[in-house]
Amino acid sequence: MPDFGYTITKDRQLDHDHGDFRYISLVRSFEPSLDLCIGCGSCSASCSAAGFTDFNIRKLHTIIRRGEVESVKTELKKCMFCGKCQLVCPRGVNLRNLIMAMNRAIELLG
Amino acid sequence: MIKFNLFVLPFSLGLIYIAWSIGMHYYRWIKALPAVDKVKLSAGIRNPSKIFASLKEIFLESLIHRKLWKRNPMLGYMHMSFALGWFLLIVIGNLESRIYHGSHINAPYYPIFLKFFIHDRLVLFFEIFTVPAFFRFIMDFILLFILSGLVLAMIKRKQSKWFGMKQTTNHSLFDRIALTCLWLIFPMRLLAESYTAGFFGGGGGFLTQNLGRLLFSVTPGSAEMIAYYFWWSYSLVLGLFFIMIPNSRYMHIPSELLLIVFRHCSIQPRKWGSSFSSLEANSCSRCGICIDACQLNFAAGISGIQAVYLIRGQREQYIPENVAMTCMLCGRCQEACPVGIKVDSLRLIKRREIGSGQVSSFSYLSNSRPGFADVVYFAGCMSHLTPTITRAMEGIFTEAGVNYLFLDRGGSVCCGRPLMLAGKDKQANELIEFNKILIRQTRAKLLVTSCPICYKVFREEYNLPIRIEHHSQYILDLVKDGRIALQSQHRKVVYHDPCDLGRGGNIYNAPRELLGKISDLLPSENERADALCCGGSLGLLNTPVSKKDEVTKNALETLLKNRPDLLVTACPLCKKTFSKHSKTEVRDIAEMVHDAIPGRQTRKTRIVNEPEAVNS
Repeated sequence: MPDFGYTITKDRQLDHDHGDFRYISLVRSFEPSLDLCIGCGSCSASCSAAGFTDFNIRKLHTIIRRGEVESVKTELKKCMFCGKCQLVCPRGVNLRNLIMAMNRAIELLG
Repeated sequence: MIKFNLFVLPFSLGLIYIAWSIGMHYYRWIKALPAVDKVKLSAGIRNPSKIFASLKEIFLESLIHRKLWKRNPMLGYMHMSFALGWFLLIVIGNLESRIYHGSHINAPYYPIFLKFFIHDRLVLFFEIFTVPAFFRFIMDFILLFILSGLVLAMIKRKQSKWFGMKQTTNHSLFDRIALTCLWLIFPMRLLAESYTAGFFGGGGGFLTQNLGRLLFSVTPGSAEMIAYYFWWSYSLVLGLFFIMIPNSRYMHIPSELLLIVFRHCSIQPRKWGSSFSSLEANSCSRCGICIDACQLNFAAGISGIQAVYLIRGQREQYIPENVAMTCMLCGRCQEACPVGIKVDSLRLIKRREIGSGQVSSFSYLSNSRPGFADVVYFAGCMSHLTPTITRAMEGIFTEAGVNYLFLDRGGSVCCGRPLMLAGKDKQANELIEFNKILIRQTRAKLLVTSCPICYKVFREEYNLPIRIEHHSQYILDLVKDGRIALQSQHRKVVYHDPCDLGRGGNIYNAPRELLGKISDLLPSENERADALCCGGSLGLLNTPVSKKDEVTKNALETLLKNRPDLLVTACPLCKKTFSKHSKTEVRDIAEMVHDAIPGRQTRKTRIVNEPEAVNS
């Protein structure tokens, strides 16, 4: 078939029946301040690691909330833990402990 | 002939038990030391100067209680009267007993119960000036000294505020039994000696003889029998106290002696814990001074996590995670601790256990060639959030004509300390190795950083072959060498000591000297080693931001009491944290200096404060 240049966007429907929501509920119990997040992205904008690689804590949060965890497991290792994100957060989310909590959840649930 | 009476048995049994118990504890602590530390110890105890230094510290801290004197004279006197008084009572009592040889073997109980066995009268007037009379006077005097301390100890139970203490720990059952025995020992001795002296009409000193005469005249019944009961009680409480020592807080007394020797043999706490940490935990007297020092306690109302509770966990070999993680690691409790226990390193041991399981990968960091310079400047992550600091530093470098290299201009690789504070040492080492290579490649002779957090880790973990300075030291050197000229702005400022620069890096004078040249430095409460933490500490992990804010507000209240025009600090994290809540402008010392260079200005505020030049 000739390639006419039209592509179909890959299906990005979220199937909430198959998402793994154990992670987000654990993370939220470890760090309740996560619920204050408004998703402004200041954390990612100030991130030290993001200066060197495509690490995005705001994105990781979204992914975990969607019940998808696989990519988070490798991505989370990139954090240098410097704490700039926490200082710029306008909502007072305890971001360093959030990273610890995400790590912990992955440790516990595999 | 060995003089003996049945009542000496409880004391003697107690003494045998405590000697055996302490011996076993010492043996276990020394045996469990890592091999390196054992070598240090055996070298140390062969070195006369180290032995002398240990003995001197034992005398000053365990007997005189110098640190407690500095904290509060009443507290110091109380502890000194018990420790030094009892020590002298034993030593001088022993000497006294040598005059009256019961036998060639001086049984351990003989000096303790000497007055029971010996009660000769001093009849003639000139006998007051004899050696036995001298000893009787001294021994009574020391007993009075201890009893005065006992009175203070009783008052302290009710009015601890008079002794400079607000909060303390609760006693366990064993602590209470031991305390009761300790309090009873000296009154029992006084009564036993007095009754005996009263009955025999001699043998006592100014205190026991006169009290004895009085008691003898007012007490019905046989004074000899009463005296005998008191000798029994005296022996019983002594014996019981000895037996209680290993199971109560009083174990800190024998432990601290060994701890002081260990320290003088330069044995340090190990990263993963060693018997040194267990010895430290036993040396804690549970006085609770650390509770009063903790800002999380008095500013944010968080309790149960302070040093004394962490140490209790260490002793019981169970530290709850919450206790290990809820701490700013500001070092205030460590500074206040009369025993000098390195609480922060104890806490980090536990954090390493928790954090070590988490892996990370920094393989995305690629080594670029940074170029060469004489001075390498590492701003640090936090300084990137306060660009006025980095700009001021660049201005100062340029003004002084320094051949410098801004190593992390394009974005910083973290120094590793934040990871270490979370117990992730292995991960931190990856960053440390990366930065080390980068710094070495510049062939610089000097590393300057704007961040005290980086400064501390550079000095303690990097093993760099070059000099490391915080910018406050470096700028002061530049000024002293005449490479930058400064003009005082005559603004009233208060200086805030950052934790990692002051307690962590022992730099207190350089920033003050520098500020003295360019501003009017006001004093503030809680300065230098007693400085408050700003509340932004990276050591605190699991505490809500609202609690941190309370710490910040409380610290600001103290710092701004003298109403300065500016609050100056030397740490980007402190600046960022304070700025959130302070109505007074917060500046870094680098900005202050940059503004004081004639013809330079980093901020518009300077123009506002000076009359505008009139164009003619």
